[in-house]
Amino acid sequence: MSAVTDTTTMLRRNVKHSVRYAAMTVSGLLLPVLMMLMFVYIFGGAMGPALAAGSGGISYVDYLAPGILVMAVGAGSASTAVSVAVDMNEGIIARFRTMAIARTSVITGQVIGSTARTLISLLLVVAVAFAVGFRPNAGPVEWLAAVGLLVLLILAFTWLSVAFGLVVKSAEGANMASFPMQFLPLVSSAFIAPALMSDGIRWFAEYQPFTPIIDTLRGLLLGLPIGNSGYLALAWCLALNLLGFLWARAAFNRDPGR
Amino acid sequence: MTTVPSRQAIGASGLRKAYGGKVVLDGIDINVAEGTIFSLLGPNGAGKTTAVQILSTLIRPDAGQARVAGHDLLREAQDVRRAIGVTGQFSAVDKLLTGEENMLLMADLNQLGRKEGRRRVAALLERFELSEAARQSPVTYSGGMKRRLDLAMTLVGDPRIIFLDEPTTGLDPRSRRTMWEIITELVADGTTIFLTTQYLEEADRLADRIAVLDGGTIVAEGTSAELKRLIPGGHIRLSFAEPAGLDKAAAVFDGASRDDESLTLTVPGDGRIETLKHVLATLDGAAISVDGLTVHQPDLDDVFFALTGHTATPEKEDRR
Repeated sequence: MSAVTDTTTMLRRNVKHSVRYAAMTVSGLLLPVLMMLMFVYIFGGAMGPALAAGSGGISYVDYLAPGILVMAVGAGSASTAVSVAVDMNEGIIARFRTMAIARTSVITGQVIGSTARTLISLLLVVAVAFAVGFRPNAGPVEWLAAVGLLVLLILAFTWLSVAFGLVVKSAEGANMASFPMQFLPLVSSAFIAPALMSDGIRWFAEYQPFTPIIDTLRGLLLGLPIGNSGYLALAWCLALNLLGFLWARAAFNRDPGR
Repeated sequence: MTTVPSRQAIGASGLRKAYGGKVVLDGIDINVAEGTIFSLLGPNGAGKTTAVQILSTLIRPDAGQARVAGHDLLREAQDVRRAIGVTGQFSAVDKLLTGEENMLLMADLNQLGRKEGRRRVAALLERFELSEAARQSPVTYSGGMKRRLDLAMTLVGDPRIIFLDEPTTGLDPRSRRTMWEIITELVADGTTIFLTTQYLEEADRLADRIAVLDGGTIVAEGTSAELKRLIPGGHIRLSFAEPAGLDKAAAVFDGASRDDESLTLTVPGDGRIETLKHVLATLDGAAISVDGLTVHQPDLDDVFFALTGHTATPEKEDRR
């Protein structure tokens, strides 16, 4: 089927870009790891004890790792948005549009490539987390569920980033547009329990999508109660996927005239 | 040159496109016979690129219909795409891939299969003298090489109809000549070519039929010879030091137009040496002293002046 071969071709192109743009790829992979180390070794000393007191003695690394994983997804989506925006300005996209290829293969290739890159960065984060003391007690089923949720989140963010990249048409704009995905995790349960935040911020932290997603991950990995966070996380991910996919497709099929 | 059009490669009627109230194409009709070169000639901003974008399925017209390679442009866009190739004015290569990788990408997207793809890519790189630079990024290529790679990528899919949007704009004379040779070879193989250009010479040299596009409408169409009959054959401009000289000269040359402010006289002519000799002899015979003389060959401005009553000069400034 041509849709499959075209997508494979576009994916190969995307991977080649990652290799050529090694600096950007490597920094994208390393950023979440550095975040992790920074929070554990610089802020961890101050935040850990307060947190442990409020949540029954979890170590800060254990508390932090799920949040860093989600941040890594956000960071990955920023580079996706930028690379899509840069790519769309290339004349070759106009060429693709006049060729008899599966139309969405251009963006599907991007999405699969980005998802793979983000997954690699997540693997790195997990490896480093283990090295600095992360000790989850999840069994195979919990791990599988956690990975499934992360993949769903990556796909959602990637489709959204592709849409951003298509709409804004400049690297700077794409970086700005993906700002919420990088910033929102900071105001969630990623680094500190919302209970410890001031009132207004706490309300925001509790109702934004990242908190149930991070709580679900944390629950799965550390064997903590999940409550209704699981359903909320799943609902958010599915909704964002649908929104991102529809938006990206509409943006790509729009009349590309100047 | 083809005299009897066999079958129609492109047939369009009433194509219209406007961007935010600004009409770019105001209902143009285009007919191109298979195996011929058709040239859309016009200055920047005339709507040439928009016409190519519409006929190559990149953008949709606001109104009008077209059949390209026997398929309806709007309803059978994918079939049209299978038959065409486009090389635009702006480079359509992937700068992060090497020249060869760009070509192989096209081979993959044309579903050529590994072996056949590699064979055709190698042959095209050889033919376009790009073999040596094949493993470098197009960023390092000269303007002419970039344009050749662009066209070579278009040819990987073996299109029956090729759109060339200003293929020689910005190229040095030698690269331009190479591009002309390539285009001539392509059409000899039976390919149909839709060429846009702002150079009269290019259309004259390559095209079987030429349509002159101005402000979104086609103001004239025909063979090069037919169009040239519409264009005045250039002129000789004489300038004088004093009005008396201008008066005397104006009396000897019939059909000349005088400009009293700049003290010049424009004598129509066909740009031939004999005509110039005749003018000089006439001036000598009447003992008129001339301050300066320039010979003006017909160019795009003359075509435009003749056909539209205005020159293409305002757009000339942003020509690249």
